[in-house]
Amino acid sequence: MSIIVKLKKGFDLNLAGKAPLELLQVASSSTFALKPADFPGIQRPKVLVNEGDTVKAGTPLLLDKAMDQVLYASPVSGEVVEIKRGEKRKLLEIKILADKKITHEKGTPIDLSQNRESIVAQLAASGTWPHIIQRPYGIVANPTDVPKAIFISAFDTHPLAAEVNFLLQGEERYFQAGIDALAKLTTGKVHLNVDGSKAVPELFSSIKQVQLNQFSGPHPAGNVGVQIHHLDPINKGEIAWTVSPFGVAQIGKYVIEGIYDASKMVALTGSELNQRGYVKTYTGAQVTPFLKDNTQAAHIRVISGNVLTGENVGAEGYLGFYHSQLTVIPEGEYEEFLGWLKPSASKLSFHKAIGMFSFLNRGEFKVDTNTHGEERPFVVSGVFEKVLPMDILPTYLFKAIITEDFDEMEELGLYEVIEEDVALCEFVDPSKNELQQLVRQGIELLMYS
Amino acid sequence: MKLIQKLFDGIKPNFQKGAKWEKFHTLYEGHRTIVFAPDLVTKSKGAQIKDATDLKRVMITVVIAMIPALLFGILNIGHQHFIATGETGTFLDKAIFGAMSVLPILIVSYAVGLATEFTFCVIRNHPISEGYLVTGMLIALVMPPYIPLWQVALATIFAVVIGKEVFGGTGMNILNVAMTARAFLYFAYPAQISGDLVWTSLADKPAVDGFSGATALAVAYNSSIDGTPVVDALSKHNAAMGADYSFMSMFMGWIPGSIGETSTLMALIGAVILVATGVASWKIIVGGFGGAYAMGLVMNAFAGNGLDVNQFMAMPAHYHLVMGGLAFGVVFMATDPVSAAQTELGKWIYGILIGVFTVIIRVTNPAYPEGIMLAVLFMNVVAPLIDHYVVKANKKRRLQRATV
Repeated sequence: MSIIVKLKKGFDLNLAGKAPLELLQVASSSTFALKPADFPGIQRPKVLVNEGDTVKAGTPLLLDKAMDQVLYASPVSGEVVEIKRGEKRKLLEIKILADKKITHEKGTPIDLSQNRESIVAQLAASGTWPHIIQRPYGIVANPTDVPKAIFISAFDTHPLAAEVNFLLQGEERYFQAGIDALAKLTTGKVHLNVDGSKAVPELFSSIKQVQLNQFSGPHPAGNVGVQIHHLDPINKGEIAWTVSPFGVAQIGKYVIEGIYDASKMVALTGSELNQRGYVKTYTGAQVTPFLKDNTQAAHIRVISGNVLTGENVGAEGYLGFYHSQLTVIPEGEYEEFLGWLKPSASKLSFHKAIGMFSFLNRGEFKVDTNTHGEERPFVVSGVFEKVLPMDILPTYLFKAIITEDFDEMEELGLYEVIEEDVALCEFVDPSKNELQQLVRQGIELLMYS
Repeated sequence: MKLIQKLFDGIKPNFQKGAKWEKFHTLYEGHRTIVFAPDLVTKSKGAQIKDATDLKRVMITVVIAMIPALLFGILNIGHQHFIATGETGTFLDKAIFGAMSVLPILIVSYAVGLATEFTFCVIRNHPISEGYLVTGMLIALVMPPYIPLWQVALATIFAVVIGKEVFGGTGMNILNVAMTARAFLYFAYPAQISGDLVWTSLADKPAVDGFSGATALAVAYNSSIDGTPVVDALSKHNAAMGADYSFMSMFMGWIPGSIGETSTLMALIGAVILVATGVASWKIIVGGFGGAYAMGLVMNAFAGNGLDVNQFMAMPAHYHLVMGGLAFGVVFMATDPVSAAQTELGKWIYGILIGVFTVIIRVTNPAYPEGIMLAVLFMNVVAPLIDHYVVKANKKRRLQRATV
């Protein structure tokens, strides 16, 4: 039985800098990094290698002492060139200088007729496990839990997002194997949620062992959190898992071949790139080669991920573990004369306040990182509600987190959202509050209390 | 542009940490960000881009929506003056007379209010918020044209300090700040803000024979005493001067009253701006008018059954919508997002009850001829309670989901 959900609330950001569906020939990155900060649930990271060690793709680099079955593996083979630490020796990056030819740690393919425990144990050690995310909290799943269902969003509605079907070209066999493995892990269903506004791609319509659901509507219709809310919402004490389509294929590849293959396609997007498209690389690639002779403005922001939920990594930085997209936009460090009053149809806005005519502009918007105003207390009401297609009262939820009221946070639905679900709220907020960070603070309060 | 930027840059060192005016840096930032939208950029994690609309633009939208009411108010005050004194005046005469009455009130409201606001921002080291842009205009528009300026100043200080700053400043207040200012004057200095004599500026000239300065609501209320039907009393009022209270003249706003509130038409123009720009909730506005009309019909129903206590109850319900400050209050005061209900269902309940209470106070209360002020303030107080139950219903839905 498949479910069709049409969502109305939300907002599509039509930005300049879309990536055409073509593969670019770009010199490959030479260094790759694993960044513990990409995994918000890690509590006590322990590095398993030393600087100077040689590793293969799939060699464990890191584990979390609080959940030591799960290993975080090297995406490439090569030499560990730096283990970068920040203040108070906080672990920031484990950098690997890649070999010209990648060799893989040989594991054993997983026989899916085994019992659940042994499948879980092998996946947890495989390097692919961190793709399995637990809801609530949006952290790496705990192998000792049994989720009530597993959810996969097969499309991405974020601004300039990579085309999921394109990323998975040629991976059909692995994708099905990944689904088969995931189906073993849950007592419930595996939900595969596709874009209901388009014809379902062959890749997904032919997949077995899933419930195929269709979602349509503006962003955040592609957010798995929104989809869960409409399919089988998470209540207190319940656990669901989510996996990205790329993660499913990677799990499938391990199941079939017994190797951790971190090769992936990444979309190069954003108005400041001359040449946009897709490149083949590995998880955690350094972004420098993608930018070389390829950027327009001098003062740019290089974002791993999309403009709503991504991270500023700088021109020397590394792609995040979960990101299949690089976005490059101009920085916005300028003052604008009467910028709060000037009429404009070219500045992107969800609102229609005096002088904001962007709602009449059907074209693409070129955006920069300017905040267009200072932080203020919450004044306007009813705006967040228009961009969050869930039966949740975001303003009250945010206020509950600010006042650290645990009961309210639980009752108002903090188990159902993570940062990406409120990213649009953060974007549209005329008071410019940092709501994604606030939600993570709230989640940490609930997790560690 | 470069010149102004340089000017700001030139005085900037005085406001930096350790400099002599360090305490006043919030005033420096506040003024600089009015001239130039700031050069702030997004943090490295989270949303990398932000919507081009900020609170300044939202607030200026409300100010612009009030401008028709302000301009009409200026003209109408001149118009009323010439009716009352029996003189003839051209359009320009009326506009000049009106501007002379209104502008000082507006200037005092802004100057005193902003000074109070700045003082608190400096003491608390808060950024200057835009809320007073709207409040300053609102306070002026709900004052009678003849109000002593020191009373405007006093009411403004009271409203900003007790109505807003004691709760933590913009966004934290419980009561609508401008309504607080008016209520303060109403109870502290009733002689200057109620009765028949304060709504028309005579400017020390004698009134023409037979002129009465009573507002439409006062006429309606008084008609109960002598037993004439309200509509008759309204149409006979000042009829000799050609200034009767017909439905149309009350809708247009050519009647005495507070500066900005007489014209229902101008309030509706403001409502169109506020709703089209999405700044005010149309649910509150529709609820407010609908609630008043429905309550007017209920009163009519009572009157038709011989249960009427006064003639006012029998007045056609649609008259309520154009009399007094209902339209202005519903459009500009009730929709203040901070003091209104904040849930979508709550906004309906809040708006409807404001309309209902306004009519109840008007018709049945002998002390207060106008009900909108007290209705808004009362509903401001009740709004969090309404929201509480709407939120509770949301929580309950979530809990019930768990058991099925």
